[in-house]
Amino acid sequence: MTLADLAMLLTALFLLIGSAFVLIGVAGLLKFDGPMTRLHAPTKVGTIGIGMLLLASMTNAAALGEPSFHEVLIMAFLFVTAPVSANFIAKVNIHRRDCDPPPKPPGARGWATLKPTEDAAGAGDRPAGQDDPDAVAR
Amino acid sequence: MSAAALLDIMIVVSMVALLIGSVLSMLRLALGPTTGDRILALDTMVINALGLVVVLGIYQGVQVYFEVALLIAMLGFVSTVALARFLLRGDIIE
Repeated sequence: MTLADLAMLLTALFLLIGSAFVLIGVAGLLKFDGPMTRLHAPTKVGTIGIGMLLLASMTNAAALGEPSFHEVLIMAFLFVTAPVSANFIAKVNIHRRDCDPPPKPPGARGWATLKPTEDAAGAGDRPAGQDDPDAVAR
Repeated sequence: MSAAALLDIMIVVSMVALLIGSVLSMLRLALGPTTGDRILALDTMVINALGLVVVLGIYQGVQVYFEVALLIAMLGFVSTVALARFLLRGDIIE
């Protein structure tokens, strides 16, 4: 077995792992109940799944005799941006009351995502019952 | 079975897996029920498209798809953040 054959086998293995993680993540996106638990699964697609596919691309380029390393750039970009977008989607879920509200943080101000009149009990200047859950907090 | 034949089979398998992933996340996009789920499903679809482009690059053995994949990754992140930001603040750029 030559070195190129070994690189091809490695490419096939990485492709298998990557597609398995893609399927697992998407199955989790469909099967879980509740928006916050559903947020958990597809992050695996973005990190491990696509990371393995990019590793396969790198080993395949090495097997073809022209090694390339710029796939690391995409991998780094995805690893940096996946938590940021997940955090934004979680904030949307909290903001639109699609999940249980998080416990109150220490201090009087409360969470910035939720309206301050709702989590600071007693300190609100707005009577209860007038809250529109879909109102956009400015 | 030679390594090249195995690699060809695995390329087809991973393309089918990414296709199934796209279809299933489109199902979640249609089902909802919350807006966060729809944004998440769109983000997953973009990531699946990125994976398809990467696997196409492996299949053709060329390097030109690198820029395409990087652009798709950047556009996917920006669109996810813009959608979430619009829902959070009612405005994208304040």
